[in-house]
Amino acid sequence: MEDLIVRTISRTLVPFIQVYGLYIILHGHLTPGGSFSGGAVLGSSMILFALSFNLERGAKKLSHDASTVLECGGILIFAMLGFYGILAGTNFLTNLKAGFYPGVPGEFFSAGFIIFITVALAFKVASTVITLFYNLIETEGEAHD
Amino acid sequence: MRLVIILFFLALIGFTLVATVAEMPLYGHPENPTNNEVPERFIEKGTEETGVMNIIGGILVDYRAFDTLGEATVLFVAIAAALSALKAHSH
Repeated sequence: MEDLIVRTISRTLVPFIQVYGLYIILHGHLTPGGSFSGGAVLGSSMILFALSFNLERGAKKLSHDASTVLECGGILIFAMLGFYGILAGTNFLTNLKAGFYPGVPGEFFSAGFIIFITVALAFKVASTVITLFYNLIETEGEAHD
Repeated sequence: MRLVIILFFLALIGFTLVATVAEMPLYGHPENPTNNEVPERFIEKGTEETGVMNIIGGILVDYRAFDTLGEATVLFVAIAAALSALKAHSH
């Protein structure tokens, strides 16, 4: 799709959508939202970018290697934070009792490992959405050739 | 004859479903079986035990973190299966 109106509007909107997605992710322990919704917003902003411009420019923004790292890294960080609970002498995936920084509820740096898991999982969800979309589009393109 | 039997059984199934829905507890009624000690515990002690203001986030990532890990694994397996199926056709 090479439409001037769609390209201009999406070029203006994509940064705002991404900031909103990051806000949902980073405030996952304070306001409604969290990893899955924020990651979906981030991923759909990249989909909008790839739809309005051609696919090659969108694919350059997030390469296949980067999406592989995000995909495996997100779930690995999640599991490693869970194993820290066992090292600290509690159960798997224990939060405050395992010694994570509790903070004051309502402040940004609070709630132990929840913020780390939210960020890791959100980037994993975003990369899942983007990777699936790019691969479906690429397979579609090859089928037409 | 077949049509009569089909219609009879469809009416029977429909009546059963409507009767089941009519017997369901009212939405948001305080005497509902879902309003037990579990949501009470989450609402009263959620902030204290997990340190979050967004109790849903606390339930998802703290109380039921193992379930969320399973969800993340499902996503991972789903994308791996989809990619292997798509890439298998492109070669």
